Amino acid sequence: MTAERLSDELSRGLQAPICLTWELTYGCNLSCVHCLSSSGLRDPEELTSEEARRFVDELAAMQVFYVNIGGGEPTLRPDFCELVEYAVSKQVGVKFSTNGTTMTPARARRYAAMDYVDIQISLDGASPATNDPVRGSGTFDAAVRAMDRLAEAGFGSFKVSVVVTRHNADQLEQMLRLVDGFGAELRVTRLRPSGRGAASWHDLRPAPEQLAQVHRFLVDHPQVLTGDSFFHLGPLGVEPLAGLNLCGAGRVVCLVDPVGDVYACPFVMHPEFRAGSIRRPGGFAAVWRESELFTGLRRPSSGGACNACGSYGACHGGCMAAKFFTGLPLDGPDPECVLGHGERALAALAAGGHTTLPLAGNGGRGHGRPGRPVPVAFGSRTASRAR
Amino acid sequence: MGCAASTETGIDPARPYELHPQVALRPEPFGALAYHYGNRRLTFLRSPDLVRLVSELAAHGSVTASMAALDLDPGRRPTLLRALESLVKSDVIRPRPGASAVAAGAVHDS
Repeated sequence: MTAERLSDELSRGLQAPICLTWELTYGCNLSCVHCLSSSGLRDPEELTSEEARRFVDELAAMQVFYVNIGGGEPTLRPDFCELVEYAVSKQVGVKFSTNGTTMTPARARRYAAMDYVDIQISLDGASPATNDPVRGSGTFDAAVRAMDRLAEAGFGSFKVSVVVTRHNADQLEQMLRLVDGFGAELRVTRLRPSGRGAASWHDLRPAPEQLAQVHRFLVDHPQVLTGDSFFHLGPLGVEPLAGLNLCGAGRVVCLVDPVGDVYACPFVMHPEFRAGSIRRPGGFAAVWRESELFTGLRRPSSGGACNACGSYGACHGGCMAAKFFTGLPLDGPDPECVLGHGERALAALAAGGHTTLPLAGNGGRGHGRPGRPVPVAFGSRTASRAR
Repeated sequence: MGCAASTETGIDPARPYELHPQVALRPEPFGALAYHYGNRRLTFLRSPDLVRLVSELAAHGSVTASMAALDLDPGRRPTLLRALESLVKSDVIRPRPGASAVAAGAVHDS
């Protein structure tokens, strides 16, 4: 219809987000080393059931067609099922992420009876040996048991979501077969240095040659979902990867946290990227449409240092969160730039003695369990703790 | 079928169509977003004229009649028909059930 690219039109913002992540609680029974929201304990200020229902009403009025519910472990909220059923009754579809530990046969049957509900189970390796050091002891078995129960309940196709690390990047084919066996869909996403991931990122991030391997895997298996998270790999291919291939932060994407704060995307829970709160007058719509942060993100950006590179059109400078939490300028290369500009920028940063990185996670709110050290090295969690 | 130009997923401008009952449209600066609650797919309608046309389909006996009612520039007809064709493929619009091509007023429209 028009000559303008869709991604340019979307960059200027929409009446409402396309992809809204809503983290229902900071409470979690696990303590994954890469948790984006540094979850562990519930926040006493979390939205009440009544506030959550009012937020759903607002989403319905704005025609937000579906929300991605996460946490923490959202299913731990006592009102979880009621909230999901309420959203669906208002024509707000739900996809929720779970670690699978609460998936009893009865819960699986209840989910199977809901319309417009999609489930995403987190799994970070094709075996306990790869998965459990990241997600915790017994979590591989728990996730697979949850898949079994969904299949037994006749839920239909669900999703299995993998954060790609250097330890599982070589297992993607294997994981695809595992997931296919359940008639489910594989989703792979990028590891971000956000939340607890800030501490584990250097040890867990895929090696440069693995990034090329991941790109080939995505090209070979276009049915694999990515949440648009690998557009920084664009310059590795002739054709762009499936998806919008743009940073959607504040433009098509945003995050609402358990206390109602609105952030530009799920990977930047930091005061610098907090646009406002749904608890303020005007609610979510005012934050989405008028906040200074979001309107600023929708203005055309120059490309900065990346302008000199012929591949800017393919990667758009990569991920804002990845730059921010590694201390790189937002208008420069992504730390995992496939042309190596990011590695050089990180090296220069280290050589310059810059050690002040942004405080990770929830604006310093901190919901991790006190006295529970978070291992930063790969290996058994007990070993890390003893170090 | 009734018309040689019609294929299973093509568009026959002489026939009546409608927005799929499981699809919701959300107005946006570039046109509209269409969400299909059945297959959970999102489609971008990237022209305000296309959005008006899609919204008007159910009110008329044929696509051509809808276009005439909206007073759309005839020069845009091929582009709009191509867009409608892709919307049929993605199930955003569908042939209106229970209406035959002949009853749809092909005589008046052609």
